[in-house]
Amino acid sequence: MAEAGQASTEDLPPKAPLAEGGQISDHRDGRDVVLRLRGIRTQFGDKVIHDNLDFDVFRGEIVGLVGGSGTGKSVLLRTIIGLNQAREGTIEMLGVDTSTLHGKAKRDMLARTGVQFQDGALFSSLTVTENIIVPIREHAELEDQSMREIAALKIGMVGLPADTGMKKPSELSGGMRKRASLARALALDPELLFLDEPTAGLDPIGASHYDELVKGLSHNLGLTVLMVTHDLDSLNAICDRIAVLLDKRVVVGTMAELLEYDHPWVREYFHGPRGRAARQEQK
Amino acid sequence: MAEAEPTIRYTERAGRPVVEVGGTWTVFSVRGIREKAGKALKAAGAVEKGKRTVDATGLERVDTAGALEILELAGAEAEVETKNDEQAALFKIVRENMCEAHPAHHVNGLVHWLDEIGRGSIDFYKQVINLCAFFGEILVVVIEAILQPKRFRPNAVIQQMYEVWIRALVIVGVLCFLIGVVIAYQGVQQLRQFGAETFTVEAVGIGMFRELGPLLTAIIVAGRSGSAFTAQIGTMQVNQEVDAMRTIGLNPVEWLVLPRITALLISMPLLAFWGDMAGLLGGAVACTIYLDFTFVQFFDRLRDTVGAWHFYTGMIKAPVFGIVIAVIGCFEGLQVRGSAESVGQLTTKSVVESIFCVIVLDAVFSIIFLLAGV
Repeated sequence: MAEAGQASTEDLPPKAPLAEGGQISDHRDGRDVVLRLRGIRTQFGDKVIHDNLDFDVFRGEIVGLVGGSGTGKSVLLRTIIGLNQAREGTIEMLGVDTSTLHGKAKRDMLARTGVQFQDGALFSSLTVTENIIVPIREHAELEDQSMREIAALKIGMVGLPADTGMKKPSELSGGMRKRASLARALALDPELLFLDEPTAGLDPIGASHYDELVKGLSHNLGLTVLMVTHDLDSLNAICDRIAVLLDKRVVVGTMAELLEYDHPWVREYFHGPRGRAARQEQK
Repeated sequence: MAEAEPTIRYTERAGRPVVEVGGTWTVFSVRGIREKAGKALKAAGAVEKGKRTVDATGLERVDTAGALEILELAGAEAEVETKNDEQAALFKIVRENMCEAHPAHHVNGLVHWLDEIGRGSIDFYKQVINLCAFFGEILVVVIEAILQPKRFRPNAVIQQMYEVWIRALVIVGVLCFLIGVVIAYQGVQQLRQFGAETFTVEAVGIGMFRELGPLLTAIIVAGRSGSAFTAQIGTMQVNQEVDAMRTIGLNPVEWLVLPRITALLISMPLLAFWGDMAGLLGGAVACTIYLDFTFVQFFDRLRDTVGAWHFYTGMIKAPVFGIVIAVIGCFEGLQVRGSAESVGQLTTKSVVESIFCVIVLDAVFSIIFLLAGV
C-alpha cells in the first residue's frame, strides 16, 4: 500500500506549496483566526484518517468542507467539536488551545460554539421550545419567561412558524427538524457554528432557503460557519471558501482557486456534470 | 461567563422620552434586567407607557437575547439609535422575528388524569381490535401453509428454536430447580406443624406440573424471546426491511411471524417439561435434606399420589402460552414506526402484555380444568 501511494504521488506534477493553514493562497486579510488546526492526526486502529492536517477558519466567513466518502469529513468535524480525540496536533478555537480547557473554561467555550447535527439530534422528549432553552438554562441564568421569549425569537429567526415551539421533534418534518436544530445551535448566539450536512435530504427549494438563512444569519450576527456539505449549490451560493479533504490533509481555497487546482478528485468533483450545472445556475 | 453589567437609564431629550442602554447586553448578562429597568423607571419618575427612542450608542456588546430584552422594555416599535451597522442589523433581525412566547403548558391535574384514562381506553380498544386482526392474518397464512407445508420454512423454524429453546434451557432449568427447592422447604416447614410433611411431595409435584412449571417458563420466555421478537422485527421495521420485503412480494407475516410462532409453539412444551423436571429434582433434593427421604422414596410417592392429569394440564397450557407470547412479540414488533425510540417502548410493552395475557389465560385455564373436573 505504501509503495503504491508513493508511486501515485510521484506521477502527479509537483504542486505549489500550500500557504499557512492548508490554503492555496492566503485569504486571511488580517482577520482573526477563529479555528486553527495544526498537525492533526486521527486514526482508528491502524487506519490513519488524517495526517499532519493544517486548517484555518477566519472570523465571519462561511467555509464548506467537502471530500469523498471515507475521507473523514465527519471525523474531522467531530474532532474539532471535541467528540473525537486527535492522536496528535493542536486545535485552537477562538484563540484558545482546546486541549488545555477543563471545567468551567471548557463549558464557556462550548457556550461560544453551536453544532447542528445531520438529522437534528433534537431531544425527543422535549418540545422545540424546551430544546432551545436547554443550552440557555445550562449556561446562562435567566428567568423562565425571558428564556421562552428568546426561544420564540430563535424559532422566528430560523424561519419556522411560531406554533412550532410547542411541538415535539417527532411531529416535525425533516427540514423543520434541521431548522429547529439550527435554532438550538443559535440559542446562545455562538461565534462559531458547525453544521453537518445541513441541506442533505431537503428538496431544492428548502435547501436554497436554508442556504439563504445561513448566509443571512452569518452576515447579520457575525457568525463564522463551518459546514460539511455535498451540496454543490450551497458551496457555490454561500461558501466564501471551500476546504477539500485530499490525501489525509485539507486544501482550502475559493471556488475559483479549486477549479484551477490540479488533483484528480478535485477535477472530477468540480468539473463533473453536477459541478458544472451548479455553477451554470449561479451565473 | 463573567460579563460587564448591562446599564439602563430613562431620560428625556427635547421633550421626548429616551432610554439609554449601555454596557454588555448578552444572554449571559441580562439576568434580572427587568427589575433593574423597573427601578430605573421609578427613579426617573417617567411614565411607563408611551413611545420611546432607544439610545443604544453606549452598547459595548449586544447579542440577540440582549437586543430582545431592549426591545421588550422599550416596545417593539421603538426607534433604536445604534453605534454601528452591525448592531443595527442585529436589532433589525430581532425586531422582525420577535413574537409572543407561548406560555408554559400547564394542564389541570384532573383534566390531565381524565385525558390519560380516555386515551388509554381508546388505545386499549384499538389494541384489542388490531391484535384480533393480526391473529386473523396469521390464521390465513397458517391455513395456506398447511396446504403447502414447505411454506413453514423448516430452516427458519429450527434457527428460531435454537434461540428460544436450546439457549433458554439453562436459565429455565436453574430457576425451576430453585423454585422446586423453595416450595419443598416451605412445604416441609408448614406441613410438619401437623405431621403431614410427607405431603410436601404432592405440593411440589402438583405445584410444579399444574402451575409453576408452565407459568414460570412462560414468564422467562416472554422476557427473553418475546422481547427479542419485538426488538428484531422492530429494528427491521426501522430499517425499512419489512417494507422492502413487501415490495419484493414477500409477506412479512409468513417470513417473519410464522417461523417464530411455530418455533415457540414447539419449544414452549419442551421447555415447560424441562422446567417441570428441574423443579421436581429441586424438590427431591430439598426433601432428601429436610425430610430424610431418599430419591427413590420421593419419586415412589410422586408416582402413587400425583395423577397424570396434573402433568397434562400443564402441558396443555404451555403451547397456548407460547403462541400468545410469539403473537404479541411479533405484533408489537410490526407496530414500530420510525424511530429507534419506539423499538424500546414497544419492547417493554410487548413483555408486559405477554406476561399479563399469560397470567389471565392461566386463570381461564384453571376455570376450564375445574369445570372439566381434572
